[in-house]
Amino acid sequence: MRRSYLLGAGLAIAVAGMANAAMAQSGEIKIGEINSYSLLPAFTEPYRKGWQLAVEEVNAAGGINGKKLVVVSKDDGGKPADATTAANELVSSENVAMLTGTFLSNIGLAVSDFANQKKVFFLAAEPLTDAITWSKGNRYTFRLRPSNYMQAAMLVEEAAKLPAKRWATIAPNYEYGQSAVAVFKKLMSEKRPDIVWVDEQWPPQGKIDAGPVVQAVAAANPEAILNVTFGADLVKLVREGNTRGLFKGRSVVSFLTGEPEYLDPLKDETPEGWIVTGYPWYDIKTPDHDKFLKAYQAKFNDYPRLGSIVGYQTIKAAAAILAKANSTDPEKLIAAAEGLSMPSPFGEITFRKIDHQSTLGAYVGKTALKDGKGVMVNSVYRKGTDYLPSDAEVEKLRPKD
Amino acid sequence: MAFYFVQFLTGLASAASLFLVASGLSIIFGVTRIVNFAHGAFYMLGAYVAFTLTERFSGALGFWGGIVVAALVVAVVGVIVEMVLLRRIYHAPELFQLLATFGLTLMVEDLVVLIWGPDDLLGRRAPGFKGAVDFFGQNIPTYDLFLIAISPIVLGGLWLLFQRTRWGVLVRAATQDRDMVAALGVNQKWLFTSVFALGVFLAALGGALQIPRDAVHHALDLRIIVDVFVVVVIGGLGSIIGAFVAAVLVSELNAFGILIFPKISIILVFLVMAVVLIVRPWGLFGKPEAAARRTPGLSVNPWRPLTTNERWLAIAGLAVAAMLPLFAGNYALTVGSEIAIFVIFAASLHFLMSVGGLASFGHAAYFGLGAYGVAFLAKMAGLPMIVSLLVGPLLGLVGAAIFGFFAVQLSGVYFAMLTLAFAQIVWSIAFQWVTVTGGDNGILGVWPEKWAAGPASFYWLSLGIAAIAVAILRVIVFSPFGFALRATRDSLLRSEAIGINGKRVQWTAFVIAGTVAGFAGALFAYLKGSVFPDSLGISLSVDALVMVLLGGVETVSGAVVGAIVFKALNIWLVSQTDLSKLVLGGFVVLIVVAFPKGIVGVLETIRNRRKSSTSESSSKSSLATSRIETAE
Repeated sequence: MRRSYLLGAGLAIAVAGMANAAMAQSGEIKIGEINSYSLLPAFTEPYRKGWQLAVEEVNAAGGINGKKLVVVSKDDGGKPADATTAANELVSSENVAMLTGTFLSNIGLAVSDFANQKKVFFLAAEPLTDAITWSKGNRYTFRLRPSNYMQAAMLVEEAAKLPAKRWATIAPNYEYGQSAVAVFKKLMSEKRPDIVWVDEQWPPQGKIDAGPVVQAVAAANPEAILNVTFGADLVKLVREGNTRGLFKGRSVVSFLTGEPEYLDPLKDETPEGWIVTGYPWYDIKTPDHDKFLKAYQAKFNDYPRLGSIVGYQTIKAAAAILAKANSTDPEKLIAAAEGLSMPSPFGEITFRKIDHQSTLGAYVGKTALKDGKGVMVNSVYRKGTDYLPSDAEVEKLRPKD
Repeated sequence: MAFYFVQFLTGLASAASLFLVASGLSIIFGVTRIVNFAHGAFYMLGAYVAFTLTERFSGALGFWGGIVVAALVVAVVGVIVEMVLLRRIYHAPELFQLLATFGLTLMVEDLVVLIWGPDDLLGRRAPGFKGAVDFFGQNIPTYDLFLIAISPIVLGGLWLLFQRTRWGVLVRAATQDRDMVAALGVNQKWLFTSVFALGVFLAALGGALQIPRDAVHHALDLRIIVDVFVVVVIGGLGSIIGAFVAAVLVSELNAFGILIFPKISIILVFLVMAVVLIVRPWGLFGKPEAAARRTPGLSVNPWRPLTTNERWLAIAGLAVAAMLPLFAGNYALTVGSEIAIFVIFAASLHFLMSVGGLASFGHAAYFGLGAYGVAFLAKMAGLPMIVSLLVGPLLGLVGAAIFGFFAVQLSGVYFAMLTLAFAQIVWSIAFQWVTVTGGDNGILGVWPEKWAAGPASFYWLSLGIAAIAVAILRVIVFSPFGFALRATRDSLLRSEAIGINGKRVQWTAFVIAGTVAGFAGALFAYLKGSVFPDSLGISLSVDALVMVLLGGVETVSGAVVGAIVFKALNIWLVSQTDLSKLVLGGFVVLIVVAFPKGIVGVLETIRNRRKSSTSESSSKSSLATSRIETAE
């Protein structure tokens, strides 16, 4: 016990030494970035490349009002508690002007609550939960990626055109899956009151026992299926579904499956004709995107994933906000960000004043097989603006500051 | 009807992979008594190596050859691990090998990403087993039929191996009584190595056989390891038939359970295990453990309270730690608070493990319950912080009282697994009951009040509570209750013979440990400002175990050092590198080899040796203890 305290004291001194080492130098602006690099490398590696490219471009163009932009990046290991520790380090020791990043919804919420408590500007990059801008929204938090609600609304628009009346759902059993299904059901039933929901399956995230799930869905004999699983679960589901003929003669609507992160691992087993949201980088022919694509491929000799877009645009947006505010004061940053429009590889986007959600959209299309690989075809870009509820509804959803 | 039959077959196919991995784990545990946490890592390595080989060599021979060669390659890796690492620590305290295999698992998770890249990999389909057969309008994948066939084959092969070969006889003998086998002149080294190789081979084969229907990725190990432990325990440790029956039982219950309760999968295996262990404390096919000949927590150095000088030194150390806010920044203070909180948490588990001899694998349940207790009181009832902080941990007490009652009816690994099951049940309630707990999005906005909001004040608060908690636990250790608890640990029969109500004493200890953990959780909620189901999760329970083992399970307060070292290193590494798991795992493995009794345990041994060389009287006692050691 005695030794323990001595050790504790020694350690304390060491930690204290580290803390003071990283004072912000004048002439540069620091942004703190947190993501699940060690837990989800498949998604966060392209994301990291995306923001690295953005930092390079911002600094090549003269930085932020003449100051060099520096991103300090931390891993959260996929744990909300560790993310809070990292956020604290970035704010207290690194003196960053703002926090950005996060992938998982619960981590995004933990950091957003931290930002609210410590009065720090936070730009959430990837978390999809509606809560982060609505039911648990706060004035310090902004979010880039199209939310669960927006993606559901985009898919419902296509799904409602299908003749299918009997629907089944398969979604991972956690908040993301639950709220995706809930929103989809709600919007779908509004458009098509004649629909019946015949089965729902809730495999645990990352642990799907795909055979029994596929068999159970098939037994309910739906005409169409909504899928929300992704990653390794999706691979297992698709493989079992293909072998057991689940998708034959049935329409499938699927969240996120068109993103290269999730589509590419399916290789030659990609099911055809699924209606999906995603990112067909090979098919987008706009000058904004061309410029991004060329720069990305030149720098990394690899194709971009959706994460690359998100990472790139997160830092571009952060830079635009910092430049407009011309200050690192959080209140000025909020004022600058609200209503700010900026270009993105997907076209112009705006951070809405009403709920701090960006109007970045997504591509909706159908899956197809091409040269033994999964691709998205007939893709159309859906602007975020068109798939958000009315201002009156949003105001009801969001707590007053 | 056809549907139910096909669903049954599908369940059997799912059981096959569980059984292969579980049988390996069961064999290894039966003979070597190692709780091989790295078993999932070997399963994952099997899948990765098989992926590489089957991509490289095409055709039927390439595929099936690749599967078998992959399992053999990984078995060789297992042999190397056993010879280089595990052989050094067979004589370490019970469960210490868990620490080594935990370190290995961490390393493998990062290594596979470095070698094979971060993307999910899609293996080939098995040649000849690509399609499905039609059964009254239902499709059954032919590969499922193959998997259904393979597990009875493996089961039969193992039965022949164990019943019809001399090696098998030795393995069975060692499972029953390995001291006797050693006394009869059997070379234990090679027996252990070969058993470990066989177990790893089965795990890797299970992984390799999954590539035609799964994606290969770096989280495969965690996905399977806990379920496999559960299957082994339901079946009864060391029983291959038991593992088979349990795998089938769990898979079938899942296959049919989801038809009625689609959300059941998340918790099913743990519910089954809890029920089985309460009804049959040694699993379905297990036998009651023979009265342990070796005293489980026997300490070579008898415990004693601190001397006056040592007390002063402890207080001086505490005073130095309390001066941290004078020179450290906000971040360092927050990290300091977190470390202090984990000192409380680890000390509470250490109390249960070292004094009570009860290794809980689900101690995070009471930590998390304390955190949720605080969150409910502060957010929903709007109570002031002091009240929440004092009353919130009582939720941990209640949980410990309920679960502890059932858990202390068991002992050893069965006790550990029942605590794990309870923790998982609590976790899934927090995870599923969205309207109350917020589900995995947690409860936000649990921030301390003004008087404790500053990093320095919160640090002093945490440090103060940590000091009080550790002091109280020490007082209990040297109280009559503590002696009674140690008596139940060292010999339940003898202690009951002198009139100690063993179960009640253990139950009380469980409640004390749970309550102290609840206080740690309560502070943690205020430190982080939010509560998530993570704080009830397996990984936190494992962290606590690691801290205790790292400090030294045979010491009085080793967990304090273990918690400080592990937590500080963990926070620092996560902040510095994305490969924190690789470095941390490597560090844990090094510690295991360098300090086979834990950090404090080894330091104490050195100090005692030095003392005994100077004083006559203690050399006698050390002679006596060494005699005990050889007698074992």
